[in-house]
Amino acid sequence: MSPGRTLRLLWVGWRFHLANLTQSGFFVLVSAVQPVIFATIAFYMWRSGQREGTLLAVALGAGLMGMWSSTLFGSGGAIQFQRWHGTLEVLIAAPAPFILTLLPITIATASLGLYSVAGTLAWGWLLFGMPVDIVHPGAFAVALPAAVLSLGLLGLVLASTFVLYRSASAFSNLLEYPVWLVTGLLVPVSLLPGFVEPLSWVLAPTWGVKAIRRAALGGDPWPAVGMCLLLGCIYLVVGAFTLRNFERLARAQATLSLT
Amino acid sequence: MRGVSFEVGQGELFGLLGPNGAGKTTTIKMLITLLLPTSGGASVLGYDVVTEPREVRRRIGYVFGGDRGLYERVPAIDNLRYFAELYGVPARDQRRRIDEMLDLVGLRGRENERVEGYSRGMRQRLHIARGLLHDPSVVFLDEPTIGVDPVGARDLRATIDSLRQAGKTVLLTTHYMFEADALCDRIAVIAKGSLLAEGTPQQLKSRVADRTVVEIEAYGVEEASLERLRRIEEVTSVSVEERDQSQLLLVQSAAGLEITQRLLAELNGARVGRVASREPTLEDAYVALVTEAGG
Repeated sequence: MSPGRTLRLLWVGWRFHLANLTQSGFFVLVSAVQPVIFATIAFYMWRSGQREGTLLAVALGAGLMGMWSSTLFGSGGAIQFQRWHGTLEVLIAAPAPFILTLLPITIATASLGLYSVAGTLAWGWLLFGMPVDIVHPGAFAVALPAAVLSLGLLGLVLASTFVLYRSASAFSNLLEYPVWLVTGLLVPVSLLPGFVEPLSWVLAPTWGVKAIRRAALGGDPWPAVGMCLLLGCIYLVVGAFTLRNFERLARAQATLSLT
Repeated sequence: MRGVSFEVGQGELFGLLGPNGAGKTTTIKMLITLLLPTSGGASVLGYDVVTEPREVRRRIGYVFGGDRGLYERVPAIDNLRYFAELYGVPARDQRRRIDEMLDLVGLRGRENERVEGYSRGMRQRLHIARGLLHDPSVVFLDEPTIGVDPVGARDLRATIDSLRQAGKTVLLTTHYMFEADALCDRIAVIAKGSLLAEGTPQQLKSRVADRTVVEIEAYGVEEASLERLRRIEEVTSVSVEERDQSQLLLVQSAAGLEITQRLLAELNGARVGRVASREPTLEDAYVALVTEAGG
């Protein structure tokens, strides 16, 4: 498949699935309402606790929390959702490689997090008088899509591995809060036990929030942007491998449909 | 599947019939590369379904019955645009192909509505439009009229017939014998994963041409009575269609024998309504084949 056709397929797929997901009440709740609630709690905690940092850092962290939630539930369940709706067989039977079909879905689930970021910034500005002064607007405009892309690629890994396990939905629930903590979205990683830090390095939200915060508040965002892209490439390789495995197993074991 | 082997010629409309669980859908799914056979092989247009799945997928369309398999929350036109991209329709041809498909399935004017508001028949037509977007040479239709109202089903049959006229090769599974009789050039009957018979509808019907069918409308027939009917020497098969209030017994026997009174005598205790004798149909041939195979 030519690079132009591949890009077009990714673009059309992303637009289609983003439009489809934004019609879902569940994802609106996860990506738009929930982060605003968490942001409100975090704002009050920040004010009463006299913690370091700015209100903007808190808002961005809450926005990325929403991005992680929508990626975790949307991508983790992406293949299962398609199976429930009877579309998985139609997608697999298409001549396009399945990874190019699934990737726009997982990136779309991460893209829902943009609503979270916009929502928490608007909420902070309207209710708490938070100034939304972005120090490096250009870098911010790069860091945000880099974070979305890396989370979407992590979603590809989640989608292709969770589908192999029946209890994956329970596992998804388990992963939501720990990743918020481990990746520094809620509190700085330095406050956590030492063994957590290496774990945070392999998780895209760690670098996503770092890149976005540095672009917004000052500092050098580019190493973190680079880490987002590097991790994204690694996730892509792992996802391609596990997805190929999934497709072969599903064709052999007749698990593409519910019937 | 066990030893099922058949060939479908180019431009042919081939029917695959069989009871639930016979292996019709399994056969189709192997041919469209969604299932890997544990042994044996199959090819579509000369491409192996196991080793050359992409080549097969480029050239086939797949339409299944039921109302799943579409993205409900977005309009039909967006579904078609997405699938056109996924199925490799060149960007410059997409609008024309989508318009042609909307005309073909009669959804012109409704394409901007969300799929969740579509009736089952409309969804089924959208499935067909989706399956034909990339102009495949071979089309697999798995029970496409299931659950569709009679008028909608008639329209769908006209659409399927137009595929043959357009030179497509079609493999159709259905439970409706009149549909198979009206549409198919050739038919294969499978049960319990084995091929029972293959031929034109006329050839299959000729297998029971030496028989006659007695239809008995009855109320409250018990299994013991049916067993007594089956034990009558001249009777070759007995099947029952359950209806709302009544049962329709279809009793096949050799032609030229008058056994109606004996049949009625064995149904003592059951109320009997209309009784009629008629020539066998494709459905009777199918019932005979499946019954004799113990299906």
